[in-house]
Amino acid sequence: MQVTMTVNDVEVTREIEGRLLLVHFLRDVLGLTGTHWGCDTSNCGTCVVWMDGEPVKSCTVLAAMAGGHEVRTVEGLAKGAELDPIQQGFIQCHGLQCGFCTPGMMMTTRALLNNNPDPPDAEIREAISGQICRCTGYATIVRSVRWAAVHEAAAAAGVTETTESPEADEIAAAGSVA
Amino acid sequence: MTAVHERADTFHDNDQKPVGHGRMLRKEDPRFVRGRGRYVDDVQLPGMLHLAILRSPVAHARIVSIDTSAAEASPGVKAVVTGATLAGLGLAWMPTLSNDVQAVLATDKVRFQGQEVAFVVAEDRYAARDALELIDVEYDVLDPVIDARRALEPGAPLIRDDLQGKENNHCFDWETGDEAATAAVFARADVVVQQDIVYPRVHPAPMETCGSVADFDPVEGRLKLWSTTQAPHAHRTLYAIVAGLPEHKIQVISPDIGGGFGNKVPIYPGYVCSIVGSIVTGKPVKWMEDRSENLISTGFARDYIMRGEIAATRDGRILAIRTDVLADHGAFNGTAAPVKYPAGFFGVFTGSYDIEAAYCKMTAVYTNKAPGGVAYACSFRITEAVYLVERIVDCLAAELEMDPAELRLKNFIKPEQFPYTTKTGWVYDSGNYEPTMRLAMDMAGYAELRHEQAEKRARGELMGIGIAFFTEAVGAGPRKDMDILGLGMADGCELRVHPTGKAVVRLSVQSQGQGHETTFAQIVAEEIGIPPADIDVVHGDTDQTPFGLGTYGSRSTPVSGAAAALVARKVRDKARIIASGMLEVSVADLDWEKGAFHVKGDPGKSVTIQDIAMRAHGAGDLPEGVEGGLEAQICYNPSNLTYPHGAYICVVDIDPGTAQVKVRRFIAVDDCGTRINPMIIEGQVHGGLTDGVGMALMEMIAFDEDGNCLGASLMDYLIPTALEVPDWETGFTVTPSPHHPIGAKGVGESATVGSPPAIVNAVVDALKPFGVRHADMPLTPSRVWDAMRGQATPPI
Repeated sequence: MQVTMTVNDVEVTREIEGRLLLVHFLRDVLGLTGTHWGCDTSNCGTCVVWMDGEPVKSCTVLAAMAGGHEVRTVEGLAKGAELDPIQQGFIQCHGLQCGFCTPGMMMTTRALLNNNPDPPDAEIREAISGQICRCTGYATIVRSVRWAAVHEAAAAAGVTETTESPEADEIAAAGSVA
Repeated sequence: MTAVHERADTFHDNDQKPVGHGRMLRKEDPRFVRGRGRYVDDVQLPGMLHLAILRSPVAHARIVSIDTSAAEASPGVKAVVTGATLAGLGLAWMPTLSNDVQAVLATDKVRFQGQEVAFVVAEDRYAARDALELIDVEYDVLDPVIDARRALEPGAPLIRDDLQGKENNHCFDWETGDEAATAAVFARADVVVQQDIVYPRVHPAPMETCGSVADFDPVEGRLKLWSTTQAPHAHRTLYAIVAGLPEHKIQVISPDIGGGFGNKVPIYPGYVCSIVGSIVTGKPVKWMEDRSENLISTGFARDYIMRGEIAATRDGRILAIRTDVLADHGAFNGTAAPVKYPAGFFGVFTGSYDIEAAYCKMTAVYTNKAPGGVAYACSFRITEAVYLVERIVDCLAAELEMDPAELRLKNFIKPEQFPYTTKTGWVYDSGNYEPTMRLAMDMAGYAELRHEQAEKRARGELMGIGIAFFTEAVGAGPRKDMDILGLGMADGCELRVHPTGKAVVRLSVQSQGQGHETTFAQIVAEEIGIPPADIDVVHGDTDQTPFGLGTYGSRSTPVSGAAAALVARKVRDKARIIASGMLEVSVADLDWEKGAFHVKGDPGKSVTIQDIAMRAHGAGDLPEGVEGGLEAQICYNPSNLTYPHGAYICVVDIDPGTAQVKVRRFIAVDDCGTRINPMIIEGQVHGGLTDGVGMALMEMIAFDEDGNCLGASLMDYLIPTALEVPDWETGFTVTPSPHHPIGAKGVGESATVGSPPAIVNAVVDALKPFGVRHADMPLTPSRVWDAMRGQATPPI
């Protein structure tokens, strides 16, 4: 069958098997290997992408079901050379180690911030509770999301890069002191 | 000092700290956050085929027949291979890392559910899976051995009839310590406490499952293998031995790896199948297991049934520890540990205490379960050892009605006793335990917590405080004692400084998320003064790196980190000679300050390492006897292991109505010697603590009586999410290793080792009003509920 969808703002049309999973369509057909596959049972969330701006687990979505929809993957987070604040936050706050769950974690938390620009820690934990990270123990992921939230708020308020928010600095430094 | 780290490591980006140790953002992260990591499953080669494995649905059965004709006729199928095919090639069996053998594809019997029986190579993943359904295998089902306690009973089904003369399911016996001396101490002790303790089977379950891409070139006779391996060089040599090829015809590439935790140390049948698949089809072949395959067939962890005994004086002086262990090794002994240590480093079960005698007797058995044993960040079975000693010490504290912190403080090995030889022969290099313990207690507010607990108990609320103190033995290891299948556990390192003063360092170890590209650049930078940003770290490719045994057992920093520091010093020594020529003074008249040599007494007269690099490669004479270039290589053989330690305190609340355990707080104070990048250390500790919550409260690979694996998906094998873990509270002390060139010790597994006993001790402490002295992991609501009713049972 033929499927047409928009992936990271580009319209793509491909001939596919009806049973092809969206995660395999993205990875094997389009070569977008930033989206990972980890469990088959919707438990690990390493395959999270957006469909029409909502996070979905692409291991349990057929590529055919994405037809006519807008899909966004980790490759579509940055604007050219400029990283999204959520990406910067993960770097600044050591929100990743092996990097395998990271794309899914960033897609989910970017969507969270789109809906609530200032979520408390408990809400961040709730948002990523359908996903698993084996490396970080989650605390640094929460800090990463907070970093992004604080920086976006500062940017929206017109604060320049040279006078960064003290909270963001504190979040970034939290890993370095006892 | 052994108290608090003084280094100013609060800068936030690379520019502010051009050289050396400290918090530095990771060099590898920009590619990962862009989705540009390159994992094995991301490898796409022209004409590549996909491999899927047919696995046994039963735990124990004789194979009567296999009919592959329908599968071979299935659309897109290029090859179907069975054990009989492999037997014809002499590849049906392969050596394990413990001098046992394991079936690549079963020829005679299947010995665990999920064992590899046949494989299909097809044009895509889906076609390969379709064809598996069409393979018709007739099994003659046999009684399985599932309960390790019954494995040696007369009349138990014989699992390993493939081994010549094997008449029972005995795997090995092992003992350590002095049995008679220990018995004598126990005989005269005021107090003896005995407790049966089970460490159930768990699984590392890294987010990325295991897999490989094999590309065999029949004309050149060269094999290129991308593989999820933590030990690319060791794997290459084993492939070379088995295949009869020279190592230089085999290139093993371990690219970005999505977590290992010991799961990716062994050689799995799937890797071999992908190689055979490529040879048979003449095309590159990818094998990527799914999550169920990962959980049911690859290296499990633990599965120790232990009886612990501790002897003490009435006033709380620990005299001796004794243990009897039944180890379940599954169907093949696939343990990955130094060969002289069949029980890994379990011998450190005497813990952090200065005692008079110790003895351990162990029997290992085969059962109809998946092979493995050393995995899940266990530091070669130190997880089991630390759990045993820290649980039994808490049992003693309960018996003596002593505070568990006080009991530990009273029995610690004293700082002046280091290096300390334990009663089982381990030489702890350095330690200063009391300040670490005191810092954890201060951070926790230990006295206030006990006060709060007393108030809550009076109100019928269930709050528990658990302590664990661990000493680890990591950095395997001295080659006189430690090898894997004859390969010494040393690691190589090469450093080359380019003419412009940039450098490349090549490691024999490999990262599965530990941040080697950053940490090793920092280690070299600290020694040679080139900014970490200018040092490229190459790892994970056997064609690009020197030989070494790989990353597991927290060995990268203790072994390869030492190699990196020493190779940099070797280059610096040569740079000094060149600098003496450039500055026209003798080498003795030069001072080194990060990045430059200065003439003593005339600091204005200096040359930078970059100046020296250009001179080493440039025009003009070098001092007599000095060759051009600025590079060196080394193979580092550690003189001892390193022994990090830590104090962990856990606070739990238990809902009396549902028996749900909530970890409210967790305080972890780690001492891993010199700290290279505190951000990375903290991250590793956080991850290990989360493992601990999983093992203590949620995770278990269980089997039914027929040998069906009940933890075969992430719906059944529960791993902590962000909702099950607290915001970790970490601290540190610094007691450098005296024999490591920069004083560093390993840290990657400390928290996985230390946290389970802290959590279980907290739960048992909370259940004290119910008279509970012990309850086995995993402390799920139903198991805690049973314990509250005096019906705690072992999980196996």
